[in-house]
Amino acid sequence: MNPLGDGGSPPPTSAEEETPMQRDRARTIFERSVPGRRAGTLPAADVPETPLEDLIPAKLLRGRPAELPEVSEPEIVRHYTRISRRNFDLDRGFYPLGSCTMKHNPRVNERVAALPGHARLHPGQDPSRAQGALELMWLLQRSLAEIAGLPHVSLQPSAGSHGELAGLLLTRAYHVDRGERRTKVLTPDTAHGTNPATVTMAGYEVVKVASNDRGGVDLDDLRAKADEQTACLMLTNPNTLGLFDENIAEITSIVRDAGGTLYYDGANLNAIMGHTRPGDMGFDIVHFNLHKTFSQPHGGGGPGAGPIAVADRIEPFLPVPQVIRREPGEAAGAGGNGDGQIRYDLEYDRPRSIGRLRGFQGNFGVFVRAYAYILSLGGDGLTEASETAVLNANYLLARLREGRTGRYAPIAFDRRCMHEFVLSAAPAKQQLGVKTQDIAKRLLDYSFHPPTVYFPLLVDEAMMVEPTETEARETLDGFAEALDAILAEAEQDPEVARNAPYVTPVRRLDEVAANRKPVVRQLLDSAA
Amino acid sequence: MADPSYPDDLRYHAEHDWARIEGDTATFGVTWYAQDALGEVVFFEPPEIGSQVQKDTAYAEVESVKAVSDVYAPMSGEITEVNAAAQESPELINSAPYGEGWMVKVKLSNPSEGDELLDSDAYQQLLAD
Repeated sequence: MNPLGDGGSPPPTSAEEETPMQRDRARTIFERSVPGRRAGTLPAADVPETPLEDLIPAKLLRGRPAELPEVSEPEIVRHYTRISRRNFDLDRGFYPLGSCTMKHNPRVNERVAALPGHARLHPGQDPSRAQGALELMWLLQRSLAEIAGLPHVSLQPSAGSHGELAGLLLTRAYHVDRGERRTKVLTPDTAHGTNPATVTMAGYEVVKVASNDRGGVDLDDLRAKADEQTACLMLTNPNTLGLFDENIAEITSIVRDAGGTLYYDGANLNAIMGHTRPGDMGFDIVHFNLHKTFSQPHGGGGPGAGPIAVADRIEPFLPVPQVIRREPGEAAGAGGNGDGQIRYDLEYDRPRSIGRLRGFQGNFGVFVRAYAYILSLGGDGLTEASETAVLNANYLLARLREGRTGRYAPIAFDRRCMHEFVLSAAPAKQQLGVKTQDIAKRLLDYSFHPPTVYFPLLVDEAMMVEPTETEARETLDGFAEALDAILAEAEQDPEVARNAPYVTPVRRLDEVAANRKPVVRQLLDSAA
Repeated sequence: MADPSYPDDLRYHAEHDWARIEGDTATFGVTWYAQDALGEVVFFEPPEIGSQVQKDTAYAEVESVKAVSDVYAPMSGEITEVNAAAQESPELINSAPYGEGWMVKVKLSNPSEGDELLDSDAYQQLLAD
């Protein structure tokens, strides 16, 4: 089978000449600027003009015009189209970036999110005039509560890492409320990468917990480290090795007995939806990555959403405002309703709350897409999505155990995986002189996005592969064939992978120089 | 640095650090294996001179294109010198991990801790496992 899958020929193994796209050096929109050029003109004002100086205090006025690019409309269109063609995206090819859940984004979500009532709603709108939006947010909260197995939800956090920070701020509020001061947060070395950073940012001390030889939490190490200073355990399950920790009940009871809270990083929720629930495992706080599990365009830094679901003991501390529903029977006053109608509202009167986590109510378009996704799949569909994600990962893993990948990049912990798995290309490095980095770069020539590389850190030359449920079997076969072909090339000549890629818009970048001597500013001609 | 090496005159810590012990002072650095696993080092953040380091705990950070990693102290003591050249040119940690790529010099608070460290053979055995 041709690893390209769609009938193309194998990519070149060297590059004598630049491709047309490589020759076409992408210029910035500023470099395209020509003084006086405009994309449109406005008609003369038909109302009296007021000088700017009369409207804005002099000290806030610009001394000279902003240096904005001056271009015509077709040039703007061509500029951004050219850039987008240099990008690799999910609509172009397979994107098995481990831990990122790059599943297909159903187009119906986009249609719903683009409805004017959703897309053009002003964030400052009074709640009484945004009842539909608040109802959607409330229903999304109920859906997420059911999926998590925890009764209370806040939609405020706007990213997974933001949800993590919220979780630790809630943890602190919970302990302080009980008159306790705890300083340490336990994070296994298979935790999601942002967890230790969140711990530090929240002012806690990171205490690493070791893994056992099955890739799960080492219970003896956990028992030794869980004590009266333990504020929280942050756990990802399945973890970043794609392995479900079968000791989860024991783990949560050890930390609970020590008086800590339990935080579930929902980065890998796509593996368990509908099958088990973090709340049932004993967790107090869970974050969702709506942009991963519930399908949103993501990967470019946002917008995302990282709502949290929490247990009763954490609920009093949730951020303000909370989206609430007032039943018809409730009395009028304090924003209540006395007219026999259901009303939705933003509730600010929460004395023990940790406060606001962001301006306005969050990335509303993400809420709409997530809710559309949940409704269109339904409970059974979400369960099946998880099953298929796990099946796809295990199918791909079985394919990769064969042939050269099994020999040169075997699975790091040899167990049945969940929705993703981690290979170690250490044998490829030793025997072929080709590192994970080289394999990843060569995959680009085969029109595949590489897996997550060099994470988790406990695996030497790691490649973390997450195929997701939306990929066809032929695509998984094509990816397996491409990896085998790359290793076959390396057996003949390791230079092929070492110098890859050859056909991408830019060839291999000098990451070392970029880190040691970063150029972080581009001077505009006029400012130079 | 192309080939692995683990000099006999050094003592090794399981977190891939070495100590060159001279009486009650020592020089610390990371092993060939550590720099190879890290990949090209782009940043080295040493501790402050005069600060105390504790055996088995992190005292410095190295950053490669792959990740930021803690560097663990093989022994306890007070930092008396840091390698400014390695800070300026972190590639020295890759090219000469036992030479110009050393990290800190320490006045040891308990030189007998050296007895708990591994010799070259034992460390290489650890790597082989």
